Amino acid sequence: MSNPEHLKYTEEHEWLTDAEDGVSTIGITEHAATALGDIVYVQLPEVGDEVTAGETCGELESTKSVSDLYSPVTGEVVEINQDVLDNNGLVNDAPFEGGWLFKVRVASTGKLLSADEYNAFIKA
Amino acid sequence: MSSLRLTALDALHRALGATMTDFAGWDMPLRYGSEREEHLAVRTKAGLFDLSHMGEITVTGPQAGEMLDHALVGFVSALGVLRARYTMICAEDGGILDDLIVYRLREDAFLVVANASNAQLVLDELIARAKGFDAVVTDDRDTYALIAVQGPESTAILAGTTDADLPGLKYYAILPAQVAGREVLLARTGYTGEDGFEIFCRPADAEEIWQALTAAGEGRGLVPCGLSCRDTLRLEAGMPLYGHELSTDLTPFDAGLGRVVRFDKTTNEGAFVGRKALEQAAAAAEANPPRVLVGLVSEGKRVPRAEYTVVSADGAPIGRITSGAPSPTLGQPIAMAYVDAAHAAPGSTVAVDVRGKHEPVRVVALPFYKRAR
Repeated sequence: MSNPEHLKYTEEHEWLTDAEDGVSTIGITEHAATALGDIVYVQLPEVGDEVTAGETCGELESTKSVSDLYSPVTGEVVEINQDVLDNNGLVNDAPFEGGWLFKVRVASTGKLLSADEYNAFIKA
Repeated sequence: MSSLRLTALDALHRALGATMTDFAGWDMPLRYGSEREEHLAVRTKAGLFDLSHMGEITVTGPQAGEMLDHALVGFVSALGVLRARYTMICAEDGGILDDLIVYRLREDAFLVVANASNAQLVLDELIARAKGFDAVVTDDRDTYALIAVQGPESTAILAGTTDADLPGLKYYAILPAQVAGREVLLARTGYTGEDGFEIFCRPADAEEIWQALTAAGEGRGLVPCGLSCRDTLRLEAGMPLYGHELSTDLTPFDAGLGRVVRFDKTTNEGAFVGRKALEQAAAAAEANPPRVLVGLVSEGKRVPRAEYTVVSADGAPIGRITSGAPSPTLGQPIAMAYVDAAHAAPGSTVAVDVRGKHEPVRVVALPFYKRAR
C-alpha cells in the first residue's frame, strides 16, 4: 500500500488534504482500514459541529473492535460523507478517495506528518 | 515481543498476504482479505482454514477408555471406533477446564483435541488423571498440523484430492485416509455450522495438502479463511468458545450444556472427576435456574461486545455479553449473553449498555443460524 504524497497524516492514522478555500477533507489511512478489518459502523460528527485537533469526534466499528476517530484539526465541520454512512465498506475499499469521512473549515491544525514521516511511523 | 509459534503453513499465509494475529501464543491468520467475504464463502461455497494451533493429545492403552471416562464428563468408552464426541474436562468443583472433541481411533486409542489456550493444562490434567490406569497420555501437538475445509462445497472439493469414501463418512466420524497422496486422519467435524472436514496431517505434508485443496477448490469458490470469520461463523451457529461462554467459574449446567455430563456412565462404578459438584450443579439448575445463555439480536448497527452489560427496560443490570459481532448472514449485530432467567424468554426485549448508550436488543433462541440439510 502507498500513502499519497500530497496528503498530510497523523499518528492516529488520519489523513487530510491541504486546505482549499480554508477547507480540508479528512479520512483514515489504508493502513488503519486494513488493521481494523471490515468496517460495520461509522459515527461522524455533524455538520456545524466544532471539532478539536487531537480529540475524538466519532467512532469506527469493525468486526473485531471499536476505535475512536480523532480530528486532526480544529474547526467547524462543513460536510460529512453520506455515502460512507450508507456503505461503510467504502472506508475499506477506497480509504483515500470515496471513503473520505468529513470536511472541516480549518482554524488550526494539530501535529501533522508528511507521507514520508507517516511511512516511517507505521514501520516503527 | 515474545516469539510466537509458527504453523507449518506460515510461509504460505504470508505469501497469501494474510493479516496475522497472536492467538494463544501462535501466529495465526486473522484474515486474508475481507473477513465478511470469507464468512459468506463458508456459508455459500467453502473456506480453507489452518487450525494447527489446536492441541492434539493421544491416549492409548487397554484402559484408555476407562481413563477418559474418569478424566472427562462424557461416556467416552461407549463411543464407537472411528466416531467422535463433543465433551468437556471439569475440575473437582465442576468448573469447566476446557471443551474438547474426542475421536476414537481404535479400540484402545483416542485422539483428544483441546483448545490452543488450554492445551497444556488439559495435557497436564490428563497425565495426572491417568494415574492408576493402564493408559498412556501422549503430547501430539507437534505431531499434527490441522487443515479444515468447511462449507457446502467441501465434499466436492475434497473429493478431488482423495479416494476416501466421503459419503460414507458421517458427521462426527473420523477415517484414516490419503489426501493428496499423504496419510491423514480425515474427520467430518467443524466449528462453523456448515458441513465440512478437518484433516489431521503431518506438518511436513501440510503445504502439499493445502495446495492440493486450493487447486481442487478452483471454480468452486473456495477461499482461504482466517480466525476472524471462524469466530463469527461459530457465533452464528450458537457454538460456545472457551474464555467467552465457558470458563472455570461455570459448570456445564450453567452454560446450558448439562447434556454433555454423563451421570449414567457404567465404568469406574460411575465415578469421575467433578461428579459430586456436578450433581449439585444439576440439581441447582433444575430448582433455581441461574443465568441462562441466550442469543441477542440488535436492530441497530452498534455491536454488543464481550463484557458489555445487559440491562432491563428500566436500566437494571441483568446480564453480561460473552461474545458479540456483526452477523454477515443476518446483516445485524448478534451476541450471546448470560442473562437472568426472568429475562431469558425468546421474544423479550432488553438492552445492552454500549459505551454508555442503551441499545435495544431482542432475545432469541440459539442458534442464530442453522444450515438447511
